[in-house]
Parts: sequence; C-alpha cells; structure tokens
Amino acid sequence: MTNQNGRFGVYGGQYIPETLMNAVIELEAAYNRFKDDENFNRELDELFKNYAGRPSLLYFAEQMTNDLGGAKIYLKREDLNHTGSHKINNVLGQALLAKKMGKTRLIAETGAGQHGVATATAAALLKMDCVVFMGVEDTIRQALNVYRMKLLGAEVVAVKSGTGTLKDAVSETFREWTARIADTHYCLGSVMGPHPFPTIVRDFQAVISKEIKAQVLEREGKLPDAVVACCGGGSNSIGTFYNFINDKTVRLIGCEAAGRGVDTFETAATIATGRTGIFHGMKSYFCQDKYGQIAPVYSISAGLDYPGIGPEHAWLHDIGRAEYVPVTDAEAVDAFEYLSRTEGIIPAIESAHAVAHVMKIAPKMSRDKIIVVTLSGRGDKDCASVARYRGETIDEL
Amino acid sequence: MSDRIKTAFARGKAFIPFITCGDPNLETTAAVVRAAVQNGADLIELGIPFSDPTAEGVVIQAANLRALQGGVTTDKIFDMVRDLRGDVKIPFVFMTYANVIFSYGAEKFFAKCQELGVDGVILPDVPFEEKDEFLSTCRKFGVDLISMIAPTSEQRIAMIAREAEGFVYVVSSLGVTGVRSEIKTDLASIVASIRANTKIPCAIGFGISTPAQAQQMAKISDGAIVGSAIIKILAAHGEAAPSFVGEYVREMKDAIKNI
Repeated sequence: MTNQNGRFGVYGGQYIPETLMNAVIELEAAYNRFKDDENFNRELDELFKNYAGRPSLLYFAEQMTNDLGGAKIYLKREDLNHTGSHKINNVLGQALLAKKMGKTRLIAETGAGQHGVATATAAALLKMDCVVFMGVEDTIRQALNVYRMKLLGAEVVAVKSGTGTLKDAVSETFREWTARIADTHYCLGSVMGPHPFPTIVRDFQAVISKEIKAQVLEREGKLPDAVVACCGGGSNSIGTFYNFINDKTVRLIGCEAAGRGVDTFETAATIATGRTGIFHGMKSYFCQDKYGQIAPVYSISAGLDYPGIGPEHAWLHDIGRAEYVPVTDAEAVDAFEYLSRTEGIIPAIESAHAVAHVMKIAPKMSRDKIIVVTLSGRGDKDCASVARYRGETIDEL
Repeated sequence: MSDRIKTAFARGKAFIPFITCGDPNLETTAAVVRAAVQNGADLIELGIPFSDPTAEGVVIQAANLRALQGGVTTDKIFDMVRDLRGDVKIPFVFMTYANVIFSYGAEKFFAKCQELGVDGVILPDVPFEEKDEFLSTCRKFGVDLISMIAPTSEQRIAMIAREAEGFVYVVSSLGVTGVRSEIKTDLASIVASIRANTKIPCAIGFGISTPAQAQQMAKISDGAIVGSAIIKILAAHGEAAPSFVGEYVREMKDAIKNI
C-alpha cells in the first residue's frame, strides 16, 4: 500500500536530518533487494518456525465467548512467541537484513521493553552488538525487562531527556544513529519513523494477519467479522489488519491508550486527541499543543505511551477503512484481570486494551459473528504495575 | 536570495551565532542578539524552541526545555523580532523543526517572516526529498530555505548544492549539535564539491567553540556557525549573559576577520 515516495496518502515521508538520508536510502535498496530473495525468505521462515515458534496459535476463547454471550472470540496468541510478544517478528526480519547489509551493531528504542528484549535476543543469536535506549521512567516501570536485556548481552541506556518515556527513547536512538551509521542499523520497533521503516516493519508483522486468515478459514470456513488489536505506534495492529485491508467485510479496530480518559491531559490516544503533524521522521497524527509542541502523553502501558501513530494507520483512519477507539487504564486493567481469570491467560497490559474493547462489542454482536483479537504479548512484565494500580506491592525481597 | 544574507557574506568571513529564543526569557534573548551584533556578528540564527529537538545535543536540548518552561511561543518570538528589527539590520534566520511551522500554518508563518524581515529558515528535519513541504511558500514570501550538507551526503552534494538558497549549512561532523574537541571530517573537499555546484556561500556549523576552530573552519569556507558554546554561556549566566556573549562573539569574530 506504500506509494512511490514512501507515503500513505499524505502521510509518511522522510523528515530526518541530511546526515541520515544515505542510511535510509541504503536500507531501502537493501530491503528491495532481499524482500523477494528466496534465500533470505528461507532463512527468515526458518527463524520464525524454529526459533520464534511460528505459526502462533489461534485459540478459541470459549469461556470468554460464553460469558460475554455474543460473537465468537478467537485470540491470536502472539504472546506465545519466543521473547513473549509480536516484536520478535519484525526484529528477526530487520536483524537478518542488517546482517546481510554488513552491519555489526543494532540499536533500538523500547517502551515496555518488549522490543528491546526482542532486539537483544536477535543480536545474541546473530552475534551482533546491541544498545537499547529506554526512557528512565520505563526502566523503573519495566525493571524486569531491563534485566532481561542485560542478561542477553545488550547495553541499556536510560534516557533522561524530555519526559523520559518512549518518545524520548526514539529521539535518543535517532541521535545515536546520526553519530554512528557505518556499522549500525537502527532496528525500529514500530510502523513509524521515516520511510522505509513503516513499510518494512509492516511487512514483517503482516505474518500475523496472514496466519489469522488461514487459521480462521480452516476453523470457520469464513472470514472474521472484526479483527481487533491495541495500537500505540501500531505494529501489532497493522500486522493484524494488513491481509484483511482488501476484505471490506472485515472490520479493522485499533485500540488506543486513553490513559485517564480522552477528556484529560493524561492520555496517549493519538487519533482521538491528536492532529496532523511532522515528527520522528513522518507526517502523521500527533498529540501536540497549538504551537506544535509534542504533548507529554500518559498511559499505564509503557508500550502505548507514545504521542504519535504510524502513517499507514493515519491513512486507514482518514479513508475510513479502520476504526480507532480509546480504552482507559481502568478498562485495560479490568480486562487484564478478566482474561487471566476467564481463560487462564495473562495478557500484556497493552493487549488488554484490545481485550477491553472486545468485552464492549462482543455482547452486542450475534453468535454467528467472529472476532479475532491479537494478544500482542504476555503479561508477566505487567504484574507489578497492575498490582501497584490496585494498591498492592509485590516486590520480591 | 535575500539581499541581507548576500551583504552579510560580502564583508569577509561571517560569524554566525545561534541563540535559542526565550532561554531563559525573551528580554535576555533580545539583549544577547544586540550584544552579538555590536560585537561583530554577521547573521543571527534564532532558534524557535521545539519540545523534541532530535538533531540537538544535550546543551541545546536543555535550552529548548528552559525556553518552553518559561512560556515562550512562536507568536511571542515574532513580537521580539519585530522589536529587534527597529535597530538590528543584519540578517535573521530561524532554526526550528518542521512541526513548529506546519502547526502554525506555513502560509501564515512565512508571511510573518516576510513582514518582520526574517531572511531564511533552517529546518534540520526537512531534507532535500521533503523540501517541497515548504519551498513554494518560502518562495512566495521571499524567505530562503537553507539547505544542510553532512559528512555522509557524498553523491547528494551536487543535487543539494545546485538548488540551495541563501547559504549552504555544512554540518562538520556526524552526530548532533554540541561542542567537540576535534573536527576530523575532510571539510575542504566537501566545500570544494559544493562550490563546484553553486555560487552561494557555505558556512560550517556543529562542534565549533574555540577561536582556533573558527579560524580553521573560516579558512576553508565562508563562515562559522556557533551554537552550543553560546548556549553554555547563557546556561551559566542567565539574564546576565549578554555582556559575556558579546565578549565571546568579539573574540570569535576577531579570530576570523582577517582570513
């Protein structure tokens, strides 16, 4: 769906310093060379299958379906992938590509830490150096993932600039890339940033909807009525949507983090509260003030705590092909607990935003309808912060 | 090309200070600009603060933050420029990020630049491929869109230089803005490639802080741009900074004027 200039409608583009232009041009050329290369795809498929554990399961959530009393609910279990989230799909693709390009060092931003862990994992596997930039606030919220990255041999840099969250980690990784390009690939974790990243990341995540489509057709003999995923930058949601974009009967629903509510300043729901702008290399929707200063956003979920959204989502929103809905912290925490008790599956707090929306819409849909919701990651990392939200402390001494 | 910019480079090697507007307040910024002008600055780069300045090192990042916390806005900066234009005749060039202008509305922003006598804009997150975002509006209002050329530009130099306006901003080194003890890039050959493709002047920025560095850069180009070193003076002296900045500008200008 990317047009010639790396645009999705008016969105996307390459708004980056001149210093990085040859790096993204080189990346685009390499990607175009390898994306249809038989050997590259064989190697990647091998890693997907025997290292990441693909295809991931499509699980019929029977108890949740019965309890909600409406549409049939399937869970796409990206939480079962190696490293515990969908992030590994993109990382294996980009790390393999970087290796083919002769790069020896990966740098990455991370919010919840899942992308950082996945990058550190791929770097360990492919014998590459790895530095992960993480907002200082997030290193506290997600201390376990910081330890995992270090265990995997990565260096973790706590970013103190700005609000000390995901957007600042992205800015700092771009700064690092500007300083060291020759041996370094920026393994961007979402469908954002300058072209060709939104396209590359989407293509590697599109395996999610490719599998959903085959699995649901095999089980139900028809397409789902809706696919639902949480949406920060938007990589697991674009992965969930992509192979259904041309199937007009399938509703595509992205769930944004509303934090304490879209009528408060403590929100990260970009489509609901933002407007068009230019930041982090792309034209898209951003939460910002009247002078274009990027807003300090908030969500209980470190992975959705980002003031922008990928350009392809902005376009899907504008043309009315996908719907974007806000989900609050409170609703996400309820869903986190609900899925744990109802199905025995603890979802990532990010994914719980999508589960929460399914809990709202499924009861209103008839029993012959099918919803697929992507569980982008597992929730172990979030237990401490949800406990804190509920007023409990579970620090192990 | 703006006549004021042409004149600024016609007087010999240019010294170009960068100042973040509103750090720590706009009264200080205006006083710093006047001090710089009185002490030999040839062109002033006025930074409109942005919340997330991705091309800046820690020193200018902190200045952006201080300015925004002090309540500076694009409109208040325009008011300051209006006041400065009463007595300051050298060119002003805004340095900011794409979203600041996009959000203000390019038409409205550049009309204001023309009205107040701002001669150009430098946008570090708008490379050659994206300049159409603002170029036609810049031209409509006679504002030069300054192009940057980096050590990694290589085969892109000719393409960028051929269409460059005002002056070419040569980025001295990889990485973000900030003081550097040594600049190792082969800038002489980059400047030579630029000059083979354009007649407009080239000034070098990023990492320059000492008179010796300014001299070295001015020898191979048409001027030196200094940001972080000045912002450090502002961070240290706050409202008392104008006389210190003036002294520094004098020293830097003296180092390059007879080359």
